[in-house]
Amino acid sequence: METLNFRFNSKPAPPAADPALCGVVGSGNLEILIRPGDAPGVCQVRIKTSARGFGEIWQAVVGAFAADHLAGGTMVEINDMGATPAVVSLRLAQVLAEYRGGVQ
Amino acid sequence: MNASLSREWDSQRQSRKRRLEQAAALGFGKNIPTRKIIALLEAVILPGDRVCLEGNNQKQADYLAESLAECDPARINQLGMVQSVLALPSHVDLFERGLAKRLDFSFSGPQGTRLAKLVQEQRIEIGSIHTYLELFGRYFMDLTPNVALIAAQAADAEGNLYLGPNTEDTPAIVEATAFKGGIVIAQVNERVTKLPRVDVPADWVDFTVVAPKPNYIEPLFTRDPAQITEVQVLMAMMAIKGIYAEYGVTRLNHGIGFDTAAIELLLPTYAADLGLKGKICTHWALNPHPTLIPAIESGFVESVHCFGSEVGMDAYISARSDVFFTGADGSMRSNRAFCQTAGLYACDMFIGSTLQMDLAGNSSTATLGRITGFGGAPNMGSDPHGRRHASPAWLKAGREANGPNAIRGRKLVVQMVETFREHMAPVFVEELDAWQLQKSMGADLPPIMIYGDDVSHIVTEEGIANLLLCRTQEEREQAIRGVAGFTPVGMARDRRMVENLRDRGIIRRAEDIGIDPRMATRDLLAARSVKDLVGWSGGLYSPPSRFRNW
Amino acid sequence: MTRSTRKSWFEATARTRIAGLLDAGSFCEIMPPAESQPSPHLAQLDLPGAFDDGVVIGCGQIEKRPVFVAAQEGQFMGGAVGEIHGAKMVGLLRRAVEEKPAAVVLLIDSGGVRLHEANAGLIAISEIMRAVLDARAAGLPVIALVGGSCGAFGGMGIVAKLCSAIVISEEGRLALSGPEVIETVAGVEEFDARDRALVWRVTGGKHRYLMGDCAALVEDDIPAFRAGAAELLAAWREPEPGIAQLRARQKMLEDRLAAYGDFRDGLQVWAALGVAQPETVPSIDRDSLVALKEGLPT
Repeated sequence: METLNFRFNSKPAPPAADPALCGVVGSGNLEILIRPGDAPGVCQVRIKTSARGFGEIWQAVVGAFAADHLAGGTMVEINDMGATPAVVSLRLAQVLAEYRGGVQ
Repeated sequence: MNASLSREWDSQRQSRKRRLEQAAALGFGKNIPTRKIIALLEAVILPGDRVCLEGNNQKQADYLAESLAECDPARINQLGMVQSVLALPSHVDLFERGLAKRLDFSFSGPQGTRLAKLVQEQRIEIGSIHTYLELFGRYFMDLTPNVALIAAQAADAEGNLYLGPNTEDTPAIVEATAFKGGIVIAQVNERVTKLPRVDVPADWVDFTVVAPKPNYIEPLFTRDPAQITEVQVLMAMMAIKGIYAEYGVTRLNHGIGFDTAAIELLLPTYAADLGLKGKICTHWALNPHPTLIPAIESGFVESVHCFGSEVGMDAYISARSDVFFTGADGSMRSNRAFCQTAGLYACDMFIGSTLQMDLAGNSSTATLGRITGFGGAPNMGSDPHGRRHASPAWLKAGREANGPNAIRGRKLVVQMVETFREHMAPVFVEELDAWQLQKSMGADLPPIMIYGDDVSHIVTEEGIANLLLCRTQEEREQAIRGVAGFTPVGMARDRRMVENLRDRGIIRRAEDIGIDPRMATRDLLAARSVKDLVGWSGGLYSPPSRFRNW
Repeated sequence: MTRSTRKSWFEATARTRIAGLLDAGSFCEIMPPAESQPSPHLAQLDLPGAFDDGVVIGCGQIEKRPVFVAAQEGQFMGGAVGEIHGAKMVGLLRRAVEEKPAAVVLLIDSGGVRLHEANAGLIAISEIMRAVLDARAAGLPVIALVGGSCGAFGGMGIVAKLCSAIVISEEGRLALSGPEVIETVAGVEEFDARDRALVWRVTGGKHRYLMGDCAALVEDDIPAFRAGAAELLAAWREPEPGIAQLRARQKMLEDRLAAYGDFRDGLQVWAALGVAQPETVPSIDRDSLVALKEGLPT
C-alpha cells in the first residue's frame, strides 16, 4: 500500500453542509470521501492505494480534476483497490456532484 | 516421346487408393469402431503428410486430436499440420512427441505459451500465422491437406454428416481435402438412422468414428452483462452517438470483448432513445452473442450470419429463423469462411478491442512469451481497399479521408479501448511488444493485428479520435495521444495541438457529443445479468452452468 | 420491455440497498464514513481499508415502523467480518435492546470471518451471534435479508440461522462452508464449485425456501425485499424462548439429516420433498415456486 498527499489550487466549490461518499473499495474500484477543507482555494487530497508506484499518474489525474472543476475548499480522501484512471475520474466527478447537492 | 506423357498425372488418386486399400486390408469399413481409430490413423497417414486437424475457435475434433497424438512416432512423423486454431493440449503434444514438425495456423489462444517455448527450443517450424480467410485460401492453393480430421454432430450409416449449428470451418476443410485426392475422417457425437439435414455428402467422407464423448465446444462469445463497467457504458454511448449514428452504420461486425457487448446492450435503450432503431445495426456478421438478444427482441436486428454458434443459443436461434441462417430442419448453419467474407467485403464497420496500440495506430494482442495469432480480426479489421459497392457509411468515411471528390470510400475500422488495462498496464505505448516478439520468433515481420493505416477511429474513455481527418503523420500521432488519457503516451501530448485537433472535430470529448459522463450508469444496459438475457429470450436461451447464479 | 427497470439487490451496494429498503429519507447512519477510521489490521497488512469497514449501520423506518439496520458490503473483502465491522454490528444490536425498535434488520452479504484479522474476526463473529440471541431473548425480532453476491456463508451463515426469520431471493445463497472451501477440502468429486447451477441447487434461495429454511422468497429486486421485510414485520411475534421448541427444532434437523444426508444434489432433495418435476425448479419464476411449495405434502 502507498499513501499519497497532494494539494492543488482550485476555484472554490460552493460550501456544502454534509460530506459525500462515492464508490466502494472493491477490485478495480475505490471510495472517495469529500468534505470541507481548510483553505478555500485548495483541494487537498489524501490517497491510500493498494498499487505502489503510480504517484505520478495519481497526481496527473487528480490535478486535472482540480483544474477542471470547482473543487477548492475541500478535503478529498480516497481508499483505492487498483481503479484505473478512467474510474477515478468518473468517481471524482460523481462525488463532487453529490457533495454540491446532487446537482446533475 | 512427349515429356508430359512420361509422368503420372494421377499420383494423388493412386496414393489415396493405396491408403484406402491399406485400411481395407486391416478390415476397416467406412464406420470405424471407437477403439480402433489409432490403427486406422496409422494405416492412412504417411510420414510427411500435410494433415488438417479441425480445431476451430469453438468446435474441436478433440477425440481425433488425442488419438493422433497417441499414434506411434516411428510410423507417423514429419507431419505438417494445418489448422485454424491450436487450442487443445493434444495439439501441442503432436510436436512434443515428434509426430509433427511444421505448423500453419491462425490462432493458438490457451496454448500460446507452450507454443512459444517449442519455437525457442526449435522443436517446431512455424510456417506462418494466418488470418482465417488466408489459411482457408491456402487450403486451395499450396497447403491442401492429404488427410483431414474433422468433427461433426452426427453421421448416418452411409457416412453423410450433419454438422449442427457449429458448422464453422468444416465445409472449407472438407472441400479442399476431398477434391484433391485427400482422405476425410470425421469424429461424430452420434450415429443416427436419419439426419436432420445433410451438411456433407457421404461420398466426400471416407471414415466416421463415434467419439466417446461429444466434441468440446468453448462458450467463447458469452459475456456476462454483470461484468460490464460504467466506463464501458460511457465508451459505448460515445461510440453509438459519435460513430454509429453519424455514419449510419447498418452492416457491421463486433469483436468479442465487454466493450462491444456494452454497445449491444445499449441498442434497445440508449440508441432507441436517440431514435436510431432501423437506422443502425440492422445486418450483422457475428456469432450469436447472447448479449445481442435484447437488440433482436427490440426489433433492431434484421439479419445475423454467424461464423460459428454459441453454447446455449440453439433453441433461441431456431425460434428466430427470420434473423439467423437456419436450415429446413430448424437448426442454424454457420460458416466461418462465408461469414469472414461478409465481414471483409459486405460490412461497413468493424469495431473491436486490442491490448496495445502504438503512435501510428498499429495494434496487437501479442505479448511477450506467447504466440497467439489473431484469428479473424485482421480480416474484419481492415479496409479491403479494392473496388466495392457504395454505401452511405463507406462514402462518408471515404470523403473524410480523401476529400469530397474521393473516387472510393473507406470501411470504418474502430478500435475501442480503455487507456489502461487491469494492473495499470497502458494500452497506448511508444513501441508494441510485437517488435521484440518478432526477434524472439525470428519472424519476417512483427505480429501486428490491425495496421494503423486501416484504423479510422479510436474510442477511449477520454474521447474519440477520427484518424480519417488527420492530414499529416504528426496530426495522427497527436490525435492518438489526445485520447490516450493518463498513459505516458497520453501525458506526452502537445496540448496546444490537441486543442487545435479538438476545435477541428478530429478529437471529440464526451461533452462535445452531448454526453455527461455521470449519466453513464449500468442502469442503461438492457440486461444487467445473464438471467436478464434469459428473460429477454423468453426462456429460450439456456446459458452454461458457469454463467449462472440461480 | 425496453430496459431492465428492476433494481437488483444482488448488484446493489450496501448503501443503495438501505436507501431502497427504508422509508425515503428516514435513514440516520451511526458512525458515518466521515467519522470513522478504516481497520488498523488491514493497514498493518498493507491493504487499503474502507471508511465504514464494510458495514453500514443506523436506524430508520420501514413503512413507518422504526427499525435498526446493518448492511454488509459484499464488494469490500467479500463482506468479511473484521473487528470494527463486527463491533459495529454488536453495538447496534445492544443499543436496539435498550431502545426497542420494532426490529433489527441485517442485510447479510458475507463469506464469514475476515481471515486477515484472525482471532479478532472470529471473536467478532461470536459476539454477533451472542448479540442476536440476546436481542431475541429480549423480545426483539432480528430479520435477515439474504440476496447479495457473497450470500451468507461461514459465521454469517450461522448468524443468519440464529435470526428470527430470513427473507431470501433466488440469487441469495445460505450455507456454512462455501463451495470453494468444500471443493478444496474434500475434492472436486465431492463438490464442483465451478458448476454454478449445482452450487445454487444446493445453497441457493429456491432450495432454502423449499427446505423451509427461509420465511419468504422474493425477487431479486430492492422493492421486493422491502415488501417482504415489511410483510414479515407486520405479522411477526417473537416467540418466547423455551426448551420445548429447541427440542422440536433439533428433532427436525435430525430427521432431515436421516432423510437427505446421502443426497448429492438439490434435485434429489426436491424429488424427496414431493416435487413432481424437480428439474424444472431452477427455471420457474418466483411466484410459481411459492405456489409449488404451498402445494407440497407437509
